[in-house]
Amino acid sequence: MPNGLTLVETRALTKKFGSVTAVDGIEFSVGRGEVVGFLGPNGAGKSTTMKIIAGFLEPTSGSAFVAGHDSRKDPIAARRHLGYLPEGAPAYPDMTVADFLAFVAGMRGLSPKEANRRIAELVESIDLAEVWDRRIEALSKGYKRRVGIAQALVHDPDVLILDEPTDGLDPNQKHEMRALIRALAPSKAIIVSTHILEEVEAICTRAIVIAHGRMLADATPAQLLAMAPPRDPNVPQLVRTTPLEDAFRHITLEQAGV
Amino acid sequence: MIVRREFAAYFATPLAAVFLAVFVGVSAGMTFFVSGFFDRAQADLSSFFTWQPWLFLVLMPAVGMRLWAEERRLGTIELLMTLPVQPWKFVFGKWLAAFAFAGLALVFTMPLWITVNMLGSPDNGVILASYLGAWLMAGAFLAIASCISALTKNQVLAFIGAVIAGFLFVMAGFDLVLAAVRPWAPDVIVQAIASMSFIGHFQRITDGVFEASALVFFISLIAFALWLNVQILDARKAA
Repeated sequence: MPNGLTLVETRALTKKFGSVTAVDGIEFSVGRGEVVGFLGPNGAGKSTTMKIIAGFLEPTSGSAFVAGHDSRKDPIAARRHLGYLPEGAPAYPDMTVADFLAFVAGMRGLSPKEANRRIAELVESIDLAEVWDRRIEALSKGYKRRVGIAQALVHDPDVLILDEPTDGLDPNQKHEMRALIRALAPSKAIIVSTHILEEVEAICTRAIVIAHGRMLADATPAQLLAMAPPRDPNVPQLVRTTPLEDAFRHITLEQAGV
Repeated sequence: MIVRREFAAYFATPLAAVFLAVFVGVSAGMTFFVSGFFDRAQADLSSFFTWQPWLFLVLMPAVGMRLWAEERRLGTIELLMTLPVQPWKFVFGKWLAAFAFAGLALVFTMPLWITVNMLGSPDNGVILASYLGAWLMAGAFLAIASCISALTKNQVLAFIGAVIAGFLFVMAGFDLVLAAVRPWAPDVIVQAIASMSFIGHFQRITDGVFEASALVFFISLIAFALWLNVQILDARKAA
């Protein structure tokens, strides 16, 4: 059993869709205070892994634990500890932001009083006051994403799983989202997927590199940097890359081929 | 919570108003023009209720098709299925909202009931029983539609599937369906299929025989379809 500090743990997690193995024996754990970045090319199995931890999909084999509860055997208990932002931040377009958050809070079993207090806090910290009465279908991408985050935070969960929280946001919005994640980090275990490498340096305490469903690295951003192959100063760089990009390309292209 | 949200969702678009207008309009049209409500010179609503299975066959799938298919298309199904709530509660809640909506549609046809009382003295007990029977039958159509809606993210497919499934149930008592089964199946099965007929059960109710068997039939069919709906959602997780 995972100890008190470990909030998320996966063991030999495997998911097959027909003959395709989307997730192949992924094993890691995340403790309180950690922000773990899932890095990997598109279709690497990041979202599938997150969906399994969130309990939306069942693994073909292996298991996932949230706050010590097996996501398959004890799904309701596991989900109580979990806030989940699915890819694309889905929400009901016909609802207003206020109604939607109240709906999620209610479904999460918060009393109306508690829900109001929590939602008021979130409106403040996530800056939703301006769109409070607007229907979600009328919101910009940035606001929609923020509503998705608010929905995941409404019950103040121990574990946050955010699937591409900054995708499609403009640079300012990205910055705000990262600041928010950083602010939340000390009291929670957070898993963030991204394919933006600078994000890993900006917010993550650890990065897990996934490609073809397999875990290729589990390291701090600094350790990841050290994996970058040395540059040959005589070869001119046509496309300028950062050291982290070099490391990422090295890990996902070369190791995956081994 | 879920019932309230789902019920409100019907009224978020003009769909609800259009649906209610079509339902009441077509119901009244059939009653007066096709069945000759006035020509029959009888103070009852049988000319209204005869058409209900056929109207429901098309209109209830239109109400139920969105229940799960839309969640899948929007991706909100990921939110629902990761909330600390048992899936059957969503299934039941969504169905209940659709059922309430169908009830509302029936309430809007009640001026017919008033009219028939002004023109003569109908057996109001039979009419009340027929209304309840029609509502239950609508519930059965909706449960089937909800179940099929869970299979796809395409609402049009959900609609067509639900109409076909509903058609089989409506026609189960007719030779069209029975003739296809009779040559190879034993009598027990033929009779079992015949006893699934929506029209058969509904007609007994509108004839004034509000027997328990029709009630039990519709309620158990609803329960079974909703149970299957939960199983489909479960199976999708493991897929």
